Amino acid sequence: MGTGVQIDPAARPLVRFEGVSKSYSGVAAVDALSLDIVEGEFFALLGPSGCGKTTLLRMLAGFETPDTGRILLDGQDISAVPPYRRPVNMMFQSYALFPHLNVARNVAFGLQQEGLPRAEIDARVQEMLALMRLQGYGDRKPHQLSGGQRQRVALARSLVKRPRVLLLDEPMAALDKKLRQETQFELMRLRERLGLTFVIVTHDQEEAMTVAHRLGVMNHGALIQVGTPAEIYEQPDSRWVADFIGDVNLIEGQVMSSSTDATLVASAAGDIRAAASRTSPGDNVWVAIRPEKLHIAAGGGDGLAGEVIAIGYLGDLSHYQVRTDGGPVLKVAVANVTRLSERPIGLHQRVTLTWAAASALVLTR
Amino acid sequence: MRRASWFNVTSLALGLAFLYLPIAILVIYSFNASRLVTIWGGWSTRWYGELLHNDALLSAAWVTLRVALVSASAATLLGTLTAIALVRYGRFRGRIVFSSMIYAPLVMPEVITGLSLLLLFVAADVERGFWTIAIAHTTLTMCFVTVVVQSRLVAFDRSLEEAAMDLGCPPLRTFLTVTLPLIAPAIISGWMLAFTLSLDDLVLASFTTGPGATTLPIRVYSEVRLGVKPEINAICTILIAVAALAIVSASLLTKLHDVGRQRATR
Repeated sequence: MGTGVQIDPAARPLVRFEGVSKSYSGVAAVDALSLDIVEGEFFALLGPSGCGKTTLLRMLAGFETPDTGRILLDGQDISAVPPYRRPVNMMFQSYALFPHLNVARNVAFGLQQEGLPRAEIDARVQEMLALMRLQGYGDRKPHQLSGGQRQRVALARSLVKRPRVLLLDEPMAALDKKLRQETQFELMRLRERLGLTFVIVTHDQEEAMTVAHRLGVMNHGALIQVGTPAEIYEQPDSRWVADFIGDVNLIEGQVMSSSTDATLVASAAGDIRAAASRTSPGDNVWVAIRPEKLHIAAGGGDGLAGEVIAIGYLGDLSHYQVRTDGGPVLKVAVANVTRLSERPIGLHQRVTLTWAAASALVLTR
Repeated sequence: MRRASWFNVTSLALGLAFLYLPIAILVIYSFNASRLVTIWGGWSTRWYGELLHNDALLSAAWVTLRVALVSASAATLLGTLTAIALVRYGRFRGRIVFSSMIYAPLVMPEVITGLSLLLLFVAADVERGFWTIAIAHTTLTMCFVTVVVQSRLVAFDRSLEEAAMDLGCPPLRTFLTVTLPLIAPAIISGWMLAFTLSLDDLVLASFTTGPGATTLPIRVYSEVRLGVKPEINAICTILIAVAALAIVSASLLTKLHDVGRQRATR
């Protein structure tokens, strides 16, 4: 969680989706979805393309109407309110800057619609341009700006009306990696400074984990899991989430015994000691272990024995592929804290894998 | 760049000559001092002067100009609305039929369009004259405007309109402040195309004309049958200049807009 702000999910929600469904020609894009977003929160909707996250965002903006269910903002049903009467602004993936207006008039557009006096509009536009470090660019047309500048203009335009909720639709898709990281931190600072509620849609899990207080992982129009980045990563409640967020080893097996401090699972790779779970002996389960939670050591000992069949060197990390004696291949990530020449494990070497029982999760779905 | 071969140069020259030699000859002979059209008598602007006293030609030119202004404006309005309906209102019933019917006047022989309009006007007992020509030209040129505006609308980024609405702009105002300024170049070039087409149309005009509404092409055509007079060359030259100006500015406008857009998406 980037900003360190604690968000209480039980607080009165600012935005509430109540059993919202939307389908296009018989295919459900969003399926009976319920979700609360709290005031002041940075919430990320994360999922593969076509999972319905953009449809959900567009329903909040007012561009789509739900087939069933309600959308509440501050306790008011806004399902039937047209987009131009909602106190919600959106930053578009394409930025959608008006090409025939200069930067200042793009930013002023929303304020002009409110019929504010000219002097106030000018003052607020200047203030916004200053906040976005765009002073002196007011007279430029959008096509005279760089990608990063255009993105900041789009952000300024959607923030200048001080919306109750700012919607960000893949806001960094068009930026290169370096600029994207800078922008992520800038977004977090901005949210904190303005105290607004941000909802971001992204397919980039790193981005979602970096910026958001909480994220909702979506697939096939439904929320699979909602939680803080740490919860989603450390405590995924399904194979799909474990696999979608980060890298994971999934080992199928059968529960041998289940107690309050550990679960013992029999698998093709060998017997696995995993975290406590609500399972009973005989259940078919999957054990999920993150590659960086596995420890690799040369030689024999307690743990899963196997052979290194591939090594990937990534600079800061090395990835090992280990074929366990039982068959399954496991991925192991090791931080390269020592120099390459000092690392003892080579290709085709016999190794033993160990882990803390708590870091091996038992998943039933 | 590769050097052009003699074959390329020759074929280009022949092609251009085929297209523009008759026009060049007409323009040159409009500056002929001699009364006899086929005999060169030295340079002179005499026939342009005489033109000013030729009331029949001048009034025909005035009628043509008015018809072109009225029909081009009506065609632009109707054609733009048609384009918006076809592009924006999705798959309404009969859209395919409607959109192919729009192109009918593009491919229909003008004689047939002219004849059917004449039959319509006669059946409806409409007195033929200025307004019937204007209506006929609107029918013909509307589809050209539709095609031009439609192609611009298809390339239009809908999220611009959504952004405007998101910022509190109601739909009609969004159309006027965002959509219209951005498709204006296409609308203007559509208007110019319609204007030029109306200016030089002979067939539709002669079918739908009535007493007192003789357009320039009709006048020129009927005078040429009695022998080409040098004034005709002069008025034709002026007509060519006007048409060329309209076409060139229409295409320049589209080009400039495209360049701007390419820069914007770069």
